[in-house]
Amino acid sequence: MQDSHQMLSMFSTMVKIRRVEERLLDIFAQGKIPGFIHVSIGQEAVPVGVCSALRPDDYISNTHRGHGQAIAKGADLKRFMAEIYGRIDGYCKGRAGSMHIASRELGIIGSNGVVAGGIPISLGTAFASMYKGNDRVTACFFGDGATNEGAFHESLNLAALWNLPMVFCCENNGWAEFTPQKVHTRLEDLSLRAAAYGIPGVTVDGDDVLKVLKEAEKAVARARKGEGPTLLECKTHRWFGHFAGDAQKYRSPKEIEEVRKFDPVLKFQNLLLEMKVVTPKGVEEIEARVKAEIDEAVAFAENSPVSGMEDLLEDVYA
Amino acid sequence: MKEVRYIRAITEALREEMARDEAVFVVGEDVAYPGGSFSATRGLLEEFGERRVKDTPISESAIVGLALGAATQGLRPVAEIMFMDFLAVCMDQIVNQVAKARYMFGGQYRLPMVIRTPCGGGLNAGPQHSQCLEAWFAHVPGLKVVMPATPYDVKGLLKTAIRDDNPVLFVENKALYGLKGEIPEEEYLVPIGQADVKRPGRDVTVVATSRMVHQSLEAAQTLAKEGIEAEVIDLMTITPLDKEAIFKSVEKTSKLVIAHEAVKAFGIGAEISAMVCEEMIDCLDGPILRVGAPYTPVPFSPERFYLPNAEDVIQAVRKVLEY
Repeated sequence: MQDSHQMLSMFSTMVKIRRVEERLLDIFAQGKIPGFIHVSIGQEAVPVGVCSALRPDDYISNTHRGHGQAIAKGADLKRFMAEIYGRIDGYCKGRAGSMHIASRELGIIGSNGVVAGGIPISLGTAFASMYKGNDRVTACFFGDGATNEGAFHESLNLAALWNLPMVFCCENNGWAEFTPQKVHTRLEDLSLRAAAYGIPGVTVDGDDVLKVLKEAEKAVARARKGEGPTLLECKTHRWFGHFAGDAQKYRSPKEIEEVRKFDPVLKFQNLLLEMKVVTPKGVEEIEARVKAEIDEAVAFAENSPVSGMEDLLEDVYA
Repeated sequence: MKEVRYIRAITEALREEMARDEAVFVVGEDVAYPGGSFSATRGLLEEFGERRVKDTPISESAIVGLALGAATQGLRPVAEIMFMDFLAVCMDQIVNQVAKARYMFGGQYRLPMVIRTPCGGGLNAGPQHSQCLEAWFAHVPGLKVVMPATPYDVKGLLKTAIRDDNPVLFVENKALYGLKGEIPEEEYLVPIGQADVKRPGRDVTVVATSRMVHQSLEAAQTLAKEGIEAEVIDLMTITPLDKEAIFKSVEKTSKLVIAHEAVKAFGIGAEISAMVCEEMIDCLDGPILRVGAPYTPVPFSPERFYLPNAEDVIQAVRKVLEY
């Protein structure tokens, strides 16, 4: 039986991710954000479920579709928003943008624009924990498409061999950019790949945040005890396209409509209402708080300056 | 002073830095139990233990990625990639990850890591085990690229590279592994980013790297018999390039030859040549000539028509002196 306080907190975070992503789609459509964004609407249970099993001093590596992970790991929404806007008060001085958000102090090693690019890097933070003799765990996030990259296989093999304190979290939304899973792999359950490396593989309903949390807690506990990595596959659903503005012509309109039935935020909300952990008024209050926080963050970002010419040449070398 | 081989100078540097700083660890294929496929890491496992000297599977991307992640947490990995040619196997990790992590994350991280790798032909190792690819990496902002030519320089530069808080691609030369040279008994460092005038001269500047430093010195000896005094500059560091050393010499001699073992076309000689033309055209008394390998893969056999040598440097110097 999960702690109500924790469940409410998880629900708030899921609402925050959903509303942030919706706001970003809106801002992006207005042409206010440079570059590309890749929203994770429909997938909120995965980052929240996994990050709720982590300690603040644990690490995560993140992907181009990583807003949920950044928020779930505790990102300050103002600095997060400023980074997406490409402004100097962002986490990375505006140099990273949506795809490369990183925060050393929060343990967000870095988000990666190269599919599977962050997986080998997460081996290093896990190795550093072992080397230094602390019990910090590294959770490495990636999608179904990434599991076909060589870097994924090299990394699982090495992590398994050295018993690295890691959780490999596959956020399987069934789509590798514009290609569905059945066209990019023969496997139905990607967790089967774990057997090839001699580690446990688990598939879980990635739209049920409590189920994700339960499996994540098991995997994190294993890693922290020194029992090595787990491949945790969370099956979820991507509502929108690969990037904002992607018309998804490669996907059937029926499917695009049907995935909304799996709404993890609504599902959890209904459960909490039923369990009386929250009331409808309580939900309204959470939504209002989230909106206020987002409004403040957007204002902060829009008022933050873009970096100048002199800032461009800094930080190439230490 | 004592005499050591280039390969042993590397081992000494590693041993000294590992003894000095607990954050330093070695990782790569065959580096621990076998002591390195070229014996560079011989004895380190016995002295420092399994925690600090790690054998990996054949997984270059994992090796480099692990080094990067560990470096973000303040460890000082020295990763070995067995042949420079194999950097191609892990290019994403080197170019898109290591080189970019400090800058694109807004300066949050120092990345005190070294990737050691041998380049070069002369051992009939064939096209996939003999390349000199420093130009590729010099072209990527965020990396430092170092190419020592002597036992003295390789030891001093490797110690400096390990202490540097930036990613250093440390390019050794397998044909130089057996080269003997004198080094001090006591500890010393050689700075990164500074070229070394290996032989002063007034008639022509020869800027060289790695094995071609020795070929250029040999050429200079031959030319001296005819009264031509060549100034041989060993770059030692490719990036950050010691432009001042090159300018100072060209100002004196007005004539420049660049010699590298890498394929001449699109090599670092092209960059140095363009740079000198842009900034010192008034000092030049003739074209800048480059000595490099032909535009082919390195043949398994015969290498003697392929690898640049002292004679090529002599011919280039003679040509440039016609102006």
